[in-house]
Amino acid sequence: MDAGDISWWSVLIAVIGGAIRVSTPYLFVSLGETLTEKSGRVNLGLEGVLVVGAMSGYATAVLTGEPWLGVLVAGLAGAALSLVHALVCSLPRVNDIAVGISLFIFGTGLAFFLGKPFINPSAPRLPDIDFAWWSSSPQVQSALKINILFIAGFILALFMAWALKTTRWGLMLRTVGDSEEAAKALGYNILRVRMLGTVAGGFLAGVGGSYLSLYFPGTWNEGLSSGQGLMAVALVIFARWDPVRCFYASLLFGGATALGPALQTVGITTNYYLYGAAPYFLTLAVLIYSSSPQKALEGAPGEVSINR
Amino acid sequence: MNSSGLLSSAEAVTINVAAFAFTMAIFGVYVAALGHNPVDVYYVLYLGSFARQISIESTLTNAAPLMLTALCTAIPARAGLLVIGGEGALVVGGVATVLAGVALGDAPFLPGVAMMCLAGALAGGTWIGLVGALRQYRGVNETISSLLLNYIAIALMYHLITGPIRDWERVLKTSSWSIPESLRVGEMEFIGVHWGLAAGVSVCLILYVIMRRTTFGFGVDILGGNPRAAQMAGLPINRMVILCCFIGGAMAGIGGAFEVMAVHGFASESLAVGFGYAGILVAFLSRQNPAAIIVLAILLGGITASGGLLQRRFDLPDATTQVLQGLLFMVVLASNAAYGRLSVFQPASWRTA
Amino acid sequence: MTRQGYSRRSFMHRAGSLMAASAVTAALPGMVAAMGNVTVGFIYVGPRQDFGWNQSHWDAAKKVAAIDGVTVVEQENVPETAEVEKVIQSMIELDGAKVIFGTSFGYWDSLKKMAIEYPDVLFTHIGAIWKEGDPTNVIGYRGYTEEAHYLCGIAAGRMSKTGKIGFIGSKPLYFIYNNCNGFVLGAQSVNPDITCNVVITGDWNNPVKEAETTNSLIDQGCDVIIANVDSPKVSIETAEARGVYTCGYHSDLSPLAPKGFLTGAEWNWASGAEFVEAFLAGEPYPNLKRGGFKEDMVQISPFGQAVPQEVRDEVMAAKQGFIDDTLMLYKGPLKDNQGNVILEEGEVKANSDTPFKLGVDWFVEGTVG
Repeated sequence: MDAGDISWWSVLIAVIGGAIRVSTPYLFVSLGETLTEKSGRVNLGLEGVLVVGAMSGYATAVLTGEPWLGVLVAGLAGAALSLVHALVCSLPRVNDIAVGISLFIFGTGLAFFLGKPFINPSAPRLPDIDFAWWSSSPQVQSALKINILFIAGFILALFMAWALKTTRWGLMLRTVGDSEEAAKALGYNILRVRMLGTVAGGFLAGVGGSYLSLYFPGTWNEGLSSGQGLMAVALVIFARWDPVRCFYASLLFGGATALGPALQTVGITTNYYLYGAAPYFLTLAVLIYSSSPQKALEGAPGEVSINR
Repeated sequence: MNSSGLLSSAEAVTINVAAFAFTMAIFGVYVAALGHNPVDVYYVLYLGSFARQISIESTLTNAAPLMLTALCTAIPARAGLLVIGGEGALVVGGVATVLAGVALGDAPFLPGVAMMCLAGALAGGTWIGLVGALRQYRGVNETISSLLLNYIAIALMYHLITGPIRDWERVLKTSSWSIPESLRVGEMEFIGVHWGLAAGVSVCLILYVIMRRTTFGFGVDILGGNPRAAQMAGLPINRMVILCCFIGGAMAGIGGAFEVMAVHGFASESLAVGFGYAGILVAFLSRQNPAAIIVLAILLGGITASGGLLQRRFDLPDATTQVLQGLLFMVVLASNAAYGRLSVFQPASWRTA
Repeated sequence: MTRQGYSRRSFMHRAGSLMAASAVTAALPGMVAAMGNVTVGFIYVGPRQDFGWNQSHWDAAKKVAAIDGVTVVEQENVPETAEVEKVIQSMIELDGAKVIFGTSFGYWDSLKKMAIEYPDVLFTHIGAIWKEGDPTNVIGYRGYTEEAHYLCGIAAGRMSKTGKIGFIGSKPLYFIYNNCNGFVLGAQSVNPDITCNVVITGDWNNPVKEAETTNSLIDQGCDVIIANVDSPKVSIETAEARGVYTCGYHSDLSPLAPKGFLTGAEWNWASGAEFVEAFLAGEPYPNLKRGGFKEDMVQISPFGQAVPQEVRDEVMAAKQGFIDDTLMLYKGPLKDNQGNVILEEGEVKANSDTPFKLGVDWFVEGTVG
């Protein structure tokens, strides 16, 4: 095997490893948004929620030395912020998309405000599990050091897919999201279901933020999120409101993100801005290919405003 | 204006003023909790945004690009589309302006500037027009496609300014070629704000008239309110949607043109500093009304402008103004629920009383 | 000096600023505005506690604030748009600032413009590209960090076991090329066969990309990493977690990597304090100041515990070489990594040869990328 082979092999490993490392925040936010949208609301503010989660998780870990406590606090902070969204949207004649955008501004502002003193200190990181005991290659070992949150996200995706399809709670959520008429006829409390859907979605997005600050890349500063929360909301539509497809979409997006740096390390150094945009090109291409003008997207909740 | 129009305007003013006061009260509690005297903070907010000529100039300078990017969301929204691509449209508009300016060389000032504006408008318009076309002919969700196109526009701009159109003489910052000095527009004569403000105010007013007074505007409102009714009325829906997207994108493209012609003289990373995203907020708060966009852009610009003084006088973080903006807009949106609830503004309540 | 900028409007500015200053002091008791005090404004492009670029200027701000009778006002996250001009005007007119430190490259055009409008205010910029004809109340100053990178390279060359080191750059700009070349040349001075993989992230601040790049470089076998980004914190912590060596940039990052930190290339922006003192005393100041170790414009971070004494000695000897002007960074024979001859055998470029350094857009031989 000559040097060239080693390089290409390591690009592949780096993309796989990168997919696993980079995808987790996208996965959690998109699962959270799926819950919210299935209940009939859009929360475009999850970018703000993600950043608040990242900051509060990091701050908690710095102050207590307990990264897992940070994850919990991040989730709770995310839930609290989303509760504001849920409450404001419960008022009549309030546009949920506009509220989402102001939550985005408010959340990032609050996180930057309160997070100033935490830019400098270092926090303990979340541990990872080594799945590469069988390999002696350091590349493979590093790619397969997998964080528990990634595994949790995968299991959660499977569970959500099952629960949405088969449980009474899932049915209630879907009914409220699909048709207010039907939900009323069945006697569901629409506002309460939507509130729960939004708050649970915010919890997940907050946890996704804590992954950014406490594991990968594992820091807190104002440039930490480069729009992961906003992009994850888009991935939900891309994944057609299917939790398992959210998982695939996040992996695809993560892998595409890792492609640029991996290519540069093996000496392909031109056009790096274009490689950097690969995830966006790819998503757009798949979207154009898979959309159809004749019918609405399958799986789309009928009451969600961005589908009308 | 008839009396019910006056009443509803009075209602809107009352509700918005109350929302503003309520927000300021919450903000006062927030800064008091941090150990500052709220009255001092209010004063500095005012001082930094509107109290002096320099403050007003800062405010208007911040507001200028927001007026143009807000239209990129507002106009398509009137036809029922949620486009968030103002950032990308501004960036491609700016790059197109540079290319046009360089190609024009020593063209005379006015025609040169007009051509550069046109180039920016065409580029931005095409960019968002594409979003509308994808939506109408391929069924691609316009919110996602416009978001993705933001990232793609920025990546393309970076690619161009670090390679094909890079000016290597600018050693400190990767920048494109510069437009000729003779085609720079700079600040207005009577106030220290660049010409982008005049452009923003003018196009907002023109679009206000178009959307309120022309058949096209009425048609768009029907389409936005009830697509099925528009279909039955035989309106050319596809063309109208794409045209609305084109207009919106063109306005953000003109925003990019003025960033280049009036501020930088070249394209660089400083085109992508969030004007597009702030514009979305302005569009929603103005309820897609182009005339209201002027006012809200100035309000937003004023809050941003006062942020500097809050940092320097109270050592408050720069994000303070962002917190205040988010809070204000949340309260204003929530106050929408109050419309029609205040009996004093309902003529019916006068008769029964 | 020309006075074309002295228009009616700037006169009104000045009149307004007097009124503003008195109004503010009257309205806001307890605020610093003692007579005879001079206010100095610092404008940062990011947060000043970033363990990186902005922090290196914050360190300078603290030095300036220590001067008798000087009050420092600071504003963070100011974008390189029309906003910065308004921030400068606001600092001058509402805070009465007499000196403005603009600490980001893209502020240059705005600083020059404001210098014409406010001829009695001193402006400093960190790009050091002032030239004859620019306003004389502007100072450009900057250190040759490539010299400090050369020292980091020596430590890296001695400590690397794989013979591969990694450089992460933010933007394709001349000083990034020079820093990388310094790093590689330093490493090659102690290990001629060493190679360096270079990755340009394309962003000043993008933690996810920086962490991913650090991982990629380590996967490629690089065992010393240096990151020329706004805040190298992420890269250093990632490398430390994976057990490889790191070098710092901008400010002292040794606390972030107790095991793997070697040393780091640091600025010494504190020399800005001298300009303020000269300006206040009415003494002459330079309009352009560049320099390396000889002029005390750059420094290196404290050595990490991993660095053995003989390597430390070697690094310090090279530093002395820069101070004595006996060690030259660019000397022939020198090729770039495309095989083009840059300098012939015997050809030497002085360390102070700025025009040559400004034109560097190539990596030296042994660099992959």
